[in-house]
Amino acid sequence: MNGLLHQISSGIASGAIYASVSLALVMIYQATHHVNFAQGEMATLSTFVALTLIHAGVPFWAAFVITVVLSFGLGVAVERVLMRPVMNAPVLTSVGVFIGLLLVINALDGWIFGFTIKAFPSPFHSAHPLLGGLVSPHELGETGLTVVVLLLVWAFFRFTPLGLAMRAAAHNPVSARLCGVNVSRMLGLGWGLAAAIGAAAGIMVAPVVFLDPNMMSGILLYAFAGALLGGVDNPFGAVIGGFIVGVLENIFGAYIVGTELKLTVALIIIVAVLLVKPTGLFGRAVQVRV
Amino acid sequence: MPALLEARDLRAGYGPPDVLHGIDFTVEEGGVTALLGANGAGKTTTLRALCGMIRRSGRITLGGERIERAATEEIVRRGVGHVPDGRGTFLELSVEENLRLGAYTRRDRAGVAADMERMFGYFPRLQERLRQQAGTLSGGEQQMLAIARALLVKPRLLLLDEPSFGLAPLIVREIFHILRRINAEERTSILVVEQNASLALDLADHAFLLETGRIVVSGTASAIRQDETVRRSYLGY
Repeated sequence: MNGLLHQISSGIASGAIYASVSLALVMIYQATHHVNFAQGEMATLSTFVALTLIHAGVPFWAAFVITVVLSFGLGVAVERVLMRPVMNAPVLTSVGVFIGLLLVINALDGWIFGFTIKAFPSPFHSAHPLLGGLVSPHELGETGLTVVVLLLVWAFFRFTPLGLAMRAAAHNPVSARLCGVNVSRMLGLGWGLAAAIGAAAGIMVAPVVFLDPNMMSGILLYAFAGALLGGVDNPFGAVIGGFIVGVLENIFGAYIVGTELKLTVALIIIVAVLLVKPTGLFGRAVQVRV
Repeated sequence: MPALLEARDLRAGYGPPDVLHGIDFTVEEGGVTALLGANGAGKTTTLRALCGMIRRSGRITLGGERIERAATEEIVRRGVGHVPDGRGTFLELSVEENLRLGAYTRRDRAGVAADMERMFGYFPRLQERLRQQAGTLSGGEQQMLAIARALLVKPRLLLLDEPSFGLAPLIVREIFHILRRINAEERTSILVVEQNASLALDLADHAFLLETGRIVVSGTASAIRQDETVRRSYLGY
């Protein structure tokens, strides 16, 4: 019983990471109807930047904040320089750009920072076992921080005029423009925000999975599964989906398929959702009038 | 009356071919102008061209300032409220959020709050449904929401694209009654596109008739209503 509880609690911890990356994916999907395959690699790059700062003597939390801000800028730049020229191009063009970006960033990471696996410090230490030894200090701190980030993002979209304008621009760009909203600026902001969320997730997961250029590739797959499970057009659903995938992955890994086949769970979830309920748990069917 | 909006040799289209072949018209300050014509004549295209939503050329002035090169959101900021074809409701957002988006460009909180109250005076039903998701509103309610959203921009000029489209006659009458009040009470100039010509001519003081991207007749609403040939060949009643 204690074993199961332990699996669930550490599933929630990794679920928090998946939830963040799912949210980043869904935010861009909502605004552009494209899935950013490079979301994970952008987060890995951010994590390398954070590690470089920490090694240069910058305190952990200062490095965290600087990295998140820089990543925001990176996201805005990617949208402006790479995505805007192909905004009205066919879907395959965007997919090509995303995959190209994935490969370029992945190779750059290896080139600049090396391909060897690196340890990443955790800011959360505790001499005492927490919650009866159920979770490690890092798991607890990481989950807490991720939940705070998710709540902040939610409050931003829910309560600020800018957040409302971003939602409006994503749902109905034509009408948003007629309300005076600068839709292309909102798109850039969305990319920046997604990159910033990804950076926070990367820094939080690196102490657990260690840092190398491919760190986020598996996580991105779980995040896809989470986004699909929750409904790819629903940010709230994506977050819930991310947590569910984290818990399922851990339980299946521990009791059914074994840890080596854990990643299969993500793929099975993706296939199952697409076959059984393509709209996901919280998504809506899109009706296209022709 | 001075002209609030003036279009000269306005050409516009969606792809390379022009849909509007160089039209000239004006909307007078405080007046209501009706833009009539059959399906495909270019009525909606005209409104979209004015707001910079499609490719256009020519000369458009709003209150003396040129706007033909300005971006849509800039034109809105200069005082054009557009109730678009299909109502443009933010279906996933609440009624309140839809209205707040209308006032997005404004920073005068007190003024917005007062205007919001005035909108509830015109459209009490919106107040009843404030927390409801806008996609659940009926067609008539969505039309009211679209008008209120455009008025919250605090426009000098209100563009209305077929406000009667798909609505029951009673609702249409209610909406046109409110439009008349808005024109009188808010001093908002109106350019209204309608297929229902008699309805539009009742509201308007001036009108012009579009046929395949050209203006074929223009004049005061009463003159157009009384012109036998215009009525027979274009207005169909």
